[in-house]
Amino acid sequence: MGTALEVRDLHVSVEGKPILKGVNLVVRQGEVHALMGPNGTGKSTLANTLMGHPNYEVTHGEILFKGKDLVGMGPDERSRLGLFLAFQYPVAIPGVSLANFLRAALNARRRASDSTDKGMPIPEFRKLLKQKMDVLKMPHEFAGRYLNEGFSGGEKKRAEILQLATLEPEIAVLDETDSGLDIDALRIVASGVNDLAGPELGVLIITHYQRILNYVKPQFVHIMLGGRVVESGGPELAEHLEEHGYDWIREKVGETVAEA
Amino acid sequence: MSPRTVTARSSTATAAAATEAGFPFRLEDVRARSAALGEPAWLLERRLQAWAATERLPFPTVKDEAWRRTDLHAMPRPSLALGSGGPQAIDRELLQPLAGELHGALLALTPGQEPVREGGRDLARRDVIFTDWATAVREHPEILERWLGKAVADDEGLFAALAASLASDGVVVHVPAGVRVAQPLHSVLWAPGSGRAFFSRVLVVVEEGASVTFVHETASPTEAAGHALHAGIVELVVGAGAQLTFVELQTWGQHVWNITHERSTVARDGKLDWIFGAVGSQVTKNFSELSLAGQGATGRMSGFYFADGIQHLDHDTQQNHLAPSTTSDLLFKGALVDRSRSVWQGMIYVAPGAQKTDGYQANRNLLLSTQARADSIPGLEILADDVRCTHGATVGQLEEEPIYYLMSRGLPRKEAERIVIDGFFSPIMERIPYEGVRARFLRMIEAKLE
Repeated sequence: MGTALEVRDLHVSVEGKPILKGVNLVVRQGEVHALMGPNGTGKSTLANTLMGHPNYEVTHGEILFKGKDLVGMGPDERSRLGLFLAFQYPVAIPGVSLANFLRAALNARRRASDSTDKGMPIPEFRKLLKQKMDVLKMPHEFAGRYLNEGFSGGEKKRAEILQLATLEPEIAVLDETDSGLDIDALRIVASGVNDLAGPELGVLIITHYQRILNYVKPQFVHIMLGGRVVESGGPELAEHLEEHGYDWIREKVGETVAEA
Repeated sequence: MSPRTVTARSSTATAAAATEAGFPFRLEDVRARSAALGEPAWLLERRLQAWAATERLPFPTVKDEAWRRTDLHAMPRPSLALGSGGPQAIDRELLQPLAGELHGALLALTPGQEPVREGGRDLARRDVIFTDWATAVREHPEILERWLGKAVADDEGLFAALAASLASDGVVVHVPAGVRVAQPLHSVLWAPGSGRAFFSRVLVVVEEGASVTFVHETASPTEAAGHALHAGIVELVVGAGAQLTFVELQTWGQHVWNITHERSTVARDGKLDWIFGAVGSQVTKNFSELSLAGQGATGRMSGFYFADGIQHLDHDTQQNHLAPSTTSDLLFKGALVDRSRSVWQGMIYVAPGAQKTDGYQANRNLLLSTQARADSIPGLEILADDVRCTHGATVGQLEEEPIYYLMSRGLPRKEAERIVIDGFFSPIMERIPYEGVRARFLRMIEAKLE
C-alpha cells in the first residue's frame, strides 16, 4: 500500500470562528477522490489547512502524511514531503516567469533531499518543461510569462496543473480547479489530471459542480456539509447528487443531528 | 544589519582656516590642485570662480525645499580633509567587464594614485576620448573648454561648487560626430578611507550621430569608523541624433556622505538611456536632471536602489521637456530593510511650446521592515497644452499571499521572499542591456538580504 494522507477529526478556525468541525478523510496514492458540497461548507478551508495557510488555525485533530503530522509544518515542508495544492485562485507574481519559478521550486526539492545538489541543469529543465507543457497543450511561450499575471481563468488552472505535473507530488488536492473554466479548458485540464492520475498519485478533487466528474472519474466521493464529511461512497454518490441535489443530505444530516 | 556606531575621527588637517560652511579647505588647496594637474589659466580661473561660490553658498538645511527630507547637519565637516584615501586596493570585482563579454576600455581612478587603464587602444584611432582628468587637461584642453559646465552650473549648489573648485579625479568621454563605439567604456572611482573629502567630475559628450555605452562606478569599502564625503558633478551632453547609454553604479561604503549634481542635455532626435544603481553610502543626495532640449529627443531614466542599516538615499529627479515631441520615461524602484530610508522626489516640467510631449514617471518602493521608510513625491509642472504626462508613486510591503503560494511549491520562506523581491525589481532589470550589470544588481540584492 502506498502513501496516504490521513485527516483525523480535524477542527479548524479562521479568525477565531470554527469552520471545520471534525473532518475525517483518507486519500491514498493511486486513488481519485471527489469532495463535494455546497458553497460555504469548508471545502476550501480544508484545502488550505492541508497546505498550511497561516490564517487557518488547527484547534484539534491531525493531518498525517508519511508518518508525520503536518500540523505545525510550514507549507514549504509539506510540499517537499509530497503534497500539492492546485489553488482555486492562484495569485499573480509580477516579474517572476513561470519557468524561473518552477525551476526554483524543483531545485528547492532537490536541495531538501541532498544539500549539495547544484540544481537541475537548465537544458534538462527546459526539456522537461516543454514536454509537460505539450501534454497540457500549452504554447511554449507560456513559460516566459510572469506567473499568473494577466492569465485567463483557463490559463491559470492549466498553469496549476503544469506545476502539479512538474513537481510530481504523491498527493494532490485540486481546489475548485473546474470553476471559471469554459468547456474546452475544462476538457484540457481534466485530461491533464487523468494523464497524471495513476499508481504514483493520489488526487482529491474539491468541487461543488458535478461537471468535472464527467471527465475525471473518482473511485470515492465524499460530501461535506457544515464543516464535516457527512457521507462517503462510490461514483454513484456523485450521480445521486446530480439528480437530487443536496437537500436530501441536509435532511439526512439534520436527522442524524436530531438523533444525537 | 544592526545600526553601526559612528564615531568621528579628528582631522589630520588642523588649519584653522575653513570655508564658510565649515569645511577645512582653503583657497590654496584650489590653486595647488589646479597646479598639480597642470591646468591652463582659464581652468584655474573657473576653479577660483567656483571657490568664490563656495564662500557665498550656504550649507543646506532642512529648511531648503530640496533638502527638506535629507538632513546634513550631522556631517562632521571640520574632520573631512583633502588628500588621498585609505590603503585598500581596489576591489577586483569592480574591474570585471560589466557590459558585454568583451573587456571594453577600463579606467580605474584612485585619489592620489596614477589611473589604471586597460584596453581601449583602438579608441584613439577613431578620435574617441576616454580618459582621466589630468590626461584630458594635457591632451584635450579644447574639449574641456568647449563643454565643461554646459550642463551643470558650477555654482548651482554648495557641493557642486566644492566639486568644481576642488575635483582632482575625473573622467572625460568624447565621441566625435558619427562615431559608433561598440565596446562599452567602464570607469571606476575607488576612494577608500575615512576622514576624507573626495571630489570628482564626469563629462560625457556624444556628438551628432555618435553612440556609446558608458558605465561609471563610484565605490569604496565601508570603514569601521569615521566619515567621508564625496561630492561630484556629472555632465552628459547628447548631440543631435546621438545615443548614450549611461549606467552609474553607486556602492560607496556606509560611512560616506555622497552628494552629486548630475545633468544631461539631449539635442534633436538624440537618445539617452540613463540607469542608476545605488546601494552604498550613509547618506546620498543625488540631483539628476534630464533636459530634452531638441525636438524628438528622448530620455529614459531607470533607478534601482536598496538601502539597509541606517542608510538614507535621496534621489531628486527632474525631467525637462524643453522642445516639442520629446519623450521621457522614468522608473525608479527601491527596497528598504532595517531602519533605512529613501526619498524620491521627481518633477516633470513641460516648457511653454513643448507640444506633443510624452512624460512619464513612476516610483515604487518595497518596505521590508517595519522601521524602514520611503518618501515618494511625484510632481508635474506643465506649461504646454497638448501633452501627455502621467505619474505614479507607491510604497508597499511584502504581501503574505504570494509568499504562501510560492512556499506551497516547496520554496523556503527566505527563497520565496527573494523571488518576490526579484520580481519587484524585474521591470528595472529588463531595462538594463547588460547581463554583467544585471548580475551585479542581483548580487547587491543578495548582500542586502543577508
